[in-house]
Amino acid sequence: MPSIVMPAAPRAGFLARRRRSYYFFIAPALAVVGAVIIFPWLFTLWMSAFDWTIGSAAHFVGLANYQKLLASTRFVEAVVHTFYFTALAVIVPLFLGTAAALVFHREFPFRGLLRGIFVMPMMATPVAVALVWTMMFHPQQGVLNYLLSQVGLPPSLWVYSPTLVIPSLVIVEVWHWTPLVMLIVLGGLAALPTEPYESARLDGASEWQLFRYITLPLVAPFLVVAAVIRTIDALKTFDTIYVITGGGPGTASETINLYLYLQAFAFYNIGEASAVVVMFFVIVLALALLLLHVREKTKWS
Amino acid sequence: MANRDHGTKPERQRRRLLQAGLGTAVLGAIPGAGQLTSEAQAPFDWKKFKGEKIEVFLVKSPRGDLLTRYHKEFEDMTGITVGSEMIPEQQQRQKAVIEFNSGNTSFDVIAISYHVQKRLFGKNKWMEDVRPLVADRSLTDPNLDFNDFSKGGMAWATQPDGRIDSLPFNIDPWVIYYNKELFDAKNVAYPKSFPEIVDAAAKLNDPAKGVSGFVGRGLKNANVPVWTSFLLGYGGGFVDANGKLLTETKEAIDAATMYQTLLAKSGPPGVAGFNWNEAQSLFLQGKAAMWLDGIGFAQPLEDPTKSRIVGKVGYGVMPPGPKQQVSAMFGDGEGISSFSKKKGPSWLYLQWASNKANQARMLQSAAGAPVRNSAYANAEALAALKVPKAWVECMLASARIAQPGLPIIAPVTEFRDTFGIALTNMINGADPAAELRKATAEFQPVLDKSEKS
Repeated sequence: MPSIVMPAAPRAGFLARRRRSYYFFIAPALAVVGAVIIFPWLFTLWMSAFDWTIGSAAHFVGLANYQKLLASTRFVEAVVHTFYFTALAVIVPLFLGTAAALVFHREFPFRGLLRGIFVMPMMATPVAVALVWTMMFHPQQGVLNYLLSQVGLPPSLWVYSPTLVIPSLVIVEVWHWTPLVMLIVLGGLAALPTEPYESARLDGASEWQLFRYITLPLVAPFLVVAAVIRTIDALKTFDTIYVITGGGPGTASETINLYLYLQAFAFYNIGEASAVVVMFFVIVLALALLLLHVREKTKWS
Repeated sequence: MANRDHGTKPERQRRRLLQAGLGTAVLGAIPGAGQLTSEAQAPFDWKKFKGEKIEVFLVKSPRGDLLTRYHKEFEDMTGITVGSEMIPEQQQRQKAVIEFNSGNTSFDVIAISYHVQKRLFGKNKWMEDVRPLVADRSLTDPNLDFNDFSKGGMAWATQPDGRIDSLPFNIDPWVIYYNKELFDAKNVAYPKSFPEIVDAAAKLNDPAKGVSGFVGRGLKNANVPVWTSFLLGYGGGFVDANGKLLTETKEAIDAATMYQTLLAKSGPPGVAGFNWNEAQSLFLQGKAAMWLDGIGFAQPLEDPTKSRIVGKVGYGVMPPGPKQQVSAMFGDGEGISSFSKKKGPSWLYLQWASNKANQARMLQSAAGAPVRNSAYANAEALAALKVPKAWVECMLASARIAQPGLPIIAPVTEFRDTFGIALTNMINGADPAAELRKATAEFQPVLDKSEKS
């Protein structure tokens, strides 16, 4: 029986040299990650402990910025608006995207072309989209109020009303990002096995039962992936809101991101803005971890 | 050989003019004394810095376009190469602050908006005081006539401590554009007092036909000058001598109530989100009887390809308020970065930028309202004017009663944001006094902190 003999000293030297050269190869990537991600993050943490407005000297204040934020109604309202906006901007595309995916999963003429057209909104640049929607939302000259008048409904204030502004902004997000959800779910549907469907049909299941008991559990992981991506994007949405309302009317659509931009780049309160960044990061991280935990639960073995 | 003695009298007068600063009558009182004769000892030569290169940092706007289009003229005259950069307003201001703060600017000359940046730049002495440059005869064109600059313009350019750290370029007083056709149809005269403005707006407001009696900015931050236009007429102010805000006084509340009445009762639906371009486009369509805004927005109103009301636009001077007649005024200028190593050539650029030829060009193309009085008397520019003569008359009359429309403090943007939010809330029905009190309480600490450091 041949025995495997491991040559001792030369083999160890060969491996050791290999390990040393690994460090050499990862050093550039480490340097880039350190400079572009780690250093700015640490510097932001550092700045959040200071009271610093550009044009004045910086004073160390420890956690005072965080205390001020938690006590500030404007920041708390911004958090509420952010969650409200995110909830709507995730749930609605999930429903519509899944419905669209189910439709495009079937065979029908011109499916490829229609699918291409359906995906086009996703490819448009956010600011251009926001500008066009601003024109459409105009109370007197916008096309949306014209359409409402055609069906006999009274004109709406859309983004100029404090109560309707966030749902109106969500409409823009839905138009823009439903195709993304559709693509993800469509990918999931395409990977589904056909046998369960055949046997269920033989047993006399209705379309709704097929969907509810076979399709839905099997695409659940994909739905969660889409939800995670949408949540992180919706939390961070800036361009749409900034271009269309600027956080208005008043502060009705001011999300954390808008508030942060205002503090940092309009008022030059770097210290306070850094504190907002840190808190925002914590919120995003917490939500993402929560959703990934849900994803673990839905994985099929 | 020039006589030492007779050079000093105009020099003394010039120094006195410069040191007079804000709020003195000297600037207007001395007839033609600023005009220096070209008997300088050290000869002034435009080509003194030939071969040098300067960087100019402008805002993308009709004024920036004007300077960029003609800077070849400067290059030919002086032999100095000009690298000119124009970026949108918000980004230009942010980049300027960040570079100044770092102590090393990539530009030598910068375009500044006084109503936003004057205090911040002045407090930190980020721009070079031009008084020593003016005093240096070898650097200053003998034809530089400070008397030609309007009082309002020089007031903007002068810091509270007397430093003049920029040359003003254009001023923007606020006026009421009114639709003469709508006024005549209901036999309403142009208002001559604040109550008359409210009455006229109510009479001309016709929601059934889609016509609003009054349109103005409702969007937070942008809307503050509308309120301050009324505040100044009521005799109110922004900040008192001790740094206390005057924004919850009776005058401030009356002005805010007037703002609320005009926009909520006679304004178009959705006005809470209107900035100047939404208001302008509504007025252009003939759907608003009055529009209170800066005089610099007139050109599209008379452009037949854009406007439905060409020839029907009236240019009304801000009517007198209960205490005084004031037109809220804003302005832009150019300054030299104090970190620049090319202050001499930059000073030459400043003088060229604000010279009579450029001011006349600005008037002619309605790129802005020139700060120099001679531009309005320039026959050639007036003949080629793209807007009616009435605009020029309104401009001159408004400049005479113009006062800064915003407080001269460092955190101006935050002031506009805080009070802008209060004003937008008022349009949606909030109580003016309560909102102003809340905003004042919120902003006072910010102001205190900015003045302390």
